[in-house]
Amino acid sequence: MSRSRRLFITDKAMRLLLVSAASTSVLVVCLIFLFLFKEAGPFALSPGLGKLLGSQWIPVSFQEEHFGVGPLLSGSALVTALAMLVTVPISVLAAIYIAEIARPAEREVLKPFIEILASIPSVVLGFFGLLVVAPLIKTLFGLNTGLTALTGALLLSLMAIPTIISLSEDALVSVPYALKNASLALGASHLQTIFRVTLPAALPGIVAAVMLGIGRVIGETMAVLMVTGNSAILTASPLASVRTMTATIAAEMGEVPFGSVHYQALFWIGIILLVITFFLNIIAQRVLKKYGMMK
Amino acid sequence: MKKVALTLGLLLAAAITGCDSGPSQQSAPVQTLSIKGSDTMVHLVSSWTEEFMKAHADIDVSVTGGGSGTGIASLINGTTDICAASRGMKEKEQNMAKERNISPVEISVARDGIVMVVHPENPVNSLTIDQLRLIYTGKVTNWKEVGGSDTPILLLSRESSSGTFVFFQEHVLNKEDFSSSARLLAGTSALVQSVAADRGAIAYVGLGFAAEAKTSVKTLGVQGADQPNPVLPTEETVRSGAYAVSRPLFFYTNGTPTKTAQQFIDFCLSPAGQQIVRETGYVPVS
Repeated sequence: MSRSRRLFITDKAMRLLLVSAASTSVLVVCLIFLFLFKEAGPFALSPGLGKLLGSQWIPVSFQEEHFGVGPLLSGSALVTALAMLVTVPISVLAAIYIAEIARPAEREVLKPFIEILASIPSVVLGFFGLLVVAPLIKTLFGLNTGLTALTGALLLSLMAIPTIISLSEDALVSVPYALKNASLALGASHLQTIFRVTLPAALPGIVAAVMLGIGRVIGETMAVLMVTGNSAILTASPLASVRTMTATIAAEMGEVPFGSVHYQALFWIGIILLVITFFLNIIAQRVLKKYGMMK
Repeated sequence: MKKVALTLGLLLAAAITGCDSGPSQQSAPVQTLSIKGSDTMVHLVSSWTEEFMKAHADIDVSVTGGGSGTGIASLINGTTDICAASRGMKEKEQNMAKERNISPVEISVARDGIVMVVHPENPVNSLTIDQLRLIYTGKVTNWKEVGGSDTPILLLSRESSSGTFVFFQEHVLNKEDFSSSARLLAGTSALVQSVAADRGAIAYVGLGFAAEAKTSVKTLGVQGADQPNPVLPTEETVRSGAYAVSRPLFFYTNGTPTKTAQQFIDFCLSPAGQQIVRETGYVPVS
């Protein structure tokens, strides 16, 4: 074999190696979708997808099993919405401070702490919720138990805050100096510039940050499993107990007989979750791209 | 080049299989025995295992929980040697086993009483089975309806993967569904904790756990349908069956137990094994 030919082959091989390494994640996503549909598939034939639309989730019963994902969807939605109500104002204000007002020394202190908050394992947060937040909610609202949707939402907001702060801060920082300087030159104060110029300019990035935060929150499992009480009821009350989709999968997947209807129903919940987070991600990326904020 | 890779691969495979057999100081090959299933029984089975392995250093027993349903599923999937279950196999599960050519053999190894616990300050001392059913199906929602103070009842239950959940549903709820407002908690200790903290709470736990919780919760007497008086759960009343909410604890194996599994089961049923049953808060079968 000539030297040039050997070089050519090595080159090809290296290229192939790099391409396959880079496309692993694409492959994995496709495989996960395939696998989920393969396991969940038979449910569509019998008992039929209509079963998923019910408002009762009673997977273990001597009477009739119900696999309505209604209460689980509403549980996840309620917890996520409450978490965002708490998270978004705090995170955006924090991001504004860090990006626009804080002195470098303050930034040096704040940023590592935010990263530490992001790295706390969710099961540890769950313990914290069970022993600190739940009793607090219980006494604060005079309830007979602190295992509520609100308790779960508060823990989730602790997890979402770092994500949203970091991404919003990126968005604020990437607003061109020319815009800010023009505003200041026209006589606007620092605060006016932040709220009238920088914040609106960074808004698409912040919206994307919130969407990614929602994606993180809706997929979170351990902490909500530990503190929300897990009753599968349709409710909009923050002080009621809810059962989220993730908690349902985590609590029930271990027990189900392989291949049973219940097993397939859990995979459908997985598909629903995946589709939700998938679209949240796509929308967030679209927003970022459209406003030229993609890095 | 190919040859080198092949040799390397073989060496690697040899190294891995070598590791599998563990510390190779013993001359006898190490046998393994896996036991999986009921969370209620994990404590008991681990205690048995500990004693058993002292006498049989050559047998490596691994114990995992997850719930009776998980254990039975594993037996059906052939991923465990012994399944520990705190309930009998359901018909559905038996059919599933048949489909996969698994023939489960049932061995009763101990008895357990399911104890109703409430907050220590709750004035109610006993409930009838009927009242329990009404409470857990959501038809009775305030303690004053069953002779207590005017406090809303906080229903606590195990997750549906628990054998206790299914047993309770079958024998106390008379196969009706649990009220959807019941809070489902992941483990018995979480239940005991919540009952100790919440005035209106009621939960069901194994006899062993109630004994451990002692004064932080109050144990209720239960009056069966055909009983004149409520009966408190104790070793005698659970073994005799006078206490209405009691159950046998099982081992399941696929067909006749293997020699190793049989050795273990024999140990569990021996006087020493049954003494461990008593020490862990359950009731011996013999």
